[in-house]
Amino acid sequence: MRLDRTELWLLASGVVLALGVFVLPNWLTFLLTIAFAKGLVVQGVVVQMRAGLVSFGQGLYYCIGGYTVGMGGQWLGVHDAFVLLALSMVAAAVVAMVLGLLLTRYREIFFAMLTLAFSMILYGVLAKSQSLGSTDGFNVHGITALGWTPGSSGKMFVYVLTCGIAAVAAVFLHRLSKSSVGYVCEAIRENEVRVEYLGASPRWTLYSTYVLAAAVSALGGGLTGMATGHVDPEMAYWTTSGEFVFIALLGGIGHVAAPFVAASLFSTVRTYAIQFVPHSWQMILGFVLLGIIIFLPKGLWSLFKRTRKAEARV
Amino acid sequence: MTTLLAILVDGSIYASWLFLVAAGLTVIYGVMRILNMAHGSFYAIGAYSAASLVGWWFTGVGGNPYVSYLLLVGAALVSGLVVGLVVEFALLRRMYGKDEILMVIITYALLLILEDAVKLVWGVDPYFTYQPYSLMGRSTFGGLTFAIYDLGLVGVSLAIGISLWLILNKTHKGKLLRAVIHDREVAVAMGVNVKAMFAVTFAVGATLGALAGALTAPAISVSPGIGVEVIVLAFAVVVVGGMGSIGGAAAGAVLVGLTRAMAVHLAPELELFVIYSVMSLVLAVRPQGLFGRTLVRKI
Repeated sequence: MRLDRTELWLLASGVVLALGVFVLPNWLTFLLTIAFAKGLVVQGVVVQMRAGLVSFGQGLYYCIGGYTVGMGGQWLGVHDAFVLLALSMVAAAVVAMVLGLLLTRYREIFFAMLTLAFSMILYGVLAKSQSLGSTDGFNVHGITALGWTPGSSGKMFVYVLTCGIAAVAAVFLHRLSKSSVGYVCEAIRENEVRVEYLGASPRWTLYSTYVLAAAVSALGGGLTGMATGHVDPEMAYWTTSGEFVFIALLGGIGHVAAPFVAASLFSTVRTYAIQFVPHSWQMILGFVLLGIIIFLPKGLWSLFKRTRKAEARV
Repeated sequence: MTTLLAILVDGSIYASWLFLVAAGLTVIYGVMRILNMAHGSFYAIGAYSAASLVGWWFTGVGGNPYVSYLLLVGAALVSGLVVGLVVEFALLRRMYGKDEILMVIITYALLLILEDAVKLVWGVDPYFTYQPYSLMGRSTFGGLTFAIYDLGLVGVSLAIGISLWLILNKTHKGKLLRAVIHDREVAVAMGVNVKAMFAVTFAVGATLGALAGALTAPAISVSPGIGVEVIVLAFAVVVVGGMGSIGGAAAGAVLVGLTRAMAVHLAPELELFVIYSVMSLVLAVRPQGLFGRTLVRKI
C-alpha cells in the first residue's frame, strides 16, 4: 500500500497529536478528544454532502455509537474499547442498511427532513425509556484496552485512541474520495441524471456512502461516550445534528482534514464563548454560518487554496 | 368510553394547536419554496411578546382582564409583522433563487440568531401568563373537565384555517398567489409582482407563527427553547399533509394530533415516537405528503 503525500501528512499529524499527550495540559487534550470525535461524525455528514445530500439527522448515528458503547459496558459486560467501537460501527451500519433502503430514494429537503425524523424517533424512544435513564442518560465507565485497564489515565488513553482512529479514518476517507465511488458521488451532486445515462447506479453509490457515513459517525459517538463518560438522548436531538451540519459547512468539503480542523475551531470558540457571552453564542454561530454561505461557499478550507482555484477556473 | 372521549377532545385540541403552528410554515413553503427553520423563533417571539405584554397589563396596569385577549392577538400581530418584514428585507430578499436545501441552512442560521436575540431581549427566566387561561374557567361534560381556553383554541384554529382557504381560493389576490405557487416564472412573465407577493407572504407566515405562540403563551411557561421544540413538530405536520397545502396541514394536524392523544392516553412512553413515526411512514409511502402534488423532475 503506497501512501501519497496527503496520507503521509495525515498520519504524521495523527502521531504528533497523539504524542502531545505527554506535553499538552489535560483540558486541551480533552477538548481535542471531543473535537476529533465530533470531527468523525462530521466526516459522515461531509461524505454525503459530496454527493449533494445534507443530512439533518447524523445525530442518529452519533447517538447509536454512544449508546452502544454505554450499553455494551452496562449489559453485555464488554469493556474493551476496540470491541465496543467495533460494536457501535456494526450497530450503526445495520440500522443504516435498513434506513438507507428508504432514504436513498430521497433528495434535497426530503432527505434532510426524513433523516431528521429518524433521529427524532430515536430521541423520542430514548427520552421515554426509563431503564436507559430517560432524558438523563447514563454513565459510561470502566473502559479497558486489550486487557489493560487505564484507570486514572483513562482520559489520556481515549485521547490517543481518538487521534489514532481519526488519522486512520481520514486516510481511508481520502482514499474513498479518490476512488471511483468518490468521483461518482461528486458527479451525482453535479447531475444525477447524467450519471444514470453513463451507466453508474446513483442509488447504489448513495446507499453504500450512507452506510459508510453512519459507521464513521458511530465511531465519533462511541469515542465521545468514552471521553465524557456519559451518554444521553440529547445526542439524537435535531439541534445536535444541526451542529454537525454547521461544522461541515465551516470546513467545507474540499479536504479530508477540514472537518477535524473545523471541529477543533468550533470546540475552542465554544469553550470561550460559553464562558464570556453565554447568551449570544448561538447568535455568533448564526452570523458565521450566514457569512460562510455568502462569502465562502466552499468553507474555510477554500481560504488556503485560493490561488489554485483561480488557476483552475480558466 | 371516557378514554375515547378524552382522546377525541385532547386530540382535537392538540390538532388545532398543531395547525396554528404549522399554517404559517406551509404558507411560506407553498409560495416561496422556503422550508423555514426559523418558524420556531417566530413562535417564540410571539409567545414572549404576548406574555410580557399581558403580564404588564395584569400586574402593572391592573386593567380590565378581558382586554388581555386583545393584547395577546395585538402583540402577535405587531411582533410577527415587524420581525417577518425585517427578516425578509434584510436577509431573504438577497437569497432568492438559491437551492432549497441551502435555504434550509440559511433559515437554520436565522433560527440560531433569533433564539439568542430572544434571550437577550427577554432574559432566560420563564414568563407565566396564566390569567387569560384561568379567566375562562373550566367546563365538564361526559365526566371530563376541560379548560374552556383550550376549546376556544379549536374555534380560533378553525377560523384561521377557513379564512386562509377563502383568501387563497375566493379573492383576486389569492388567485395571483396561486399562480405564483403553480409556476413562478410564468407568473412573473404575466406581470405578477412576485417580489411583493413574497414579502407579504413571509410577513403573513411569520405573523401566523407569532400568533400561534401568543395564543399558546397563557397555557405554558414561556422559556428559552420552546421554538426549537415546536419547529420539528410543525415539520412533521406539514410533511404529513404535503408541504405547501393548507388543507394538507389541517389533515396532518388532525392525524398527528389524534395519534399523539391516543399514545398519551394508552401508551404514554410512545408519545414522541408516534409523532415522528407517522411522519416517516407518510414520507416513505407518499413522499409528497397526503395532499401534495407530485412534482415532475426537471432535467
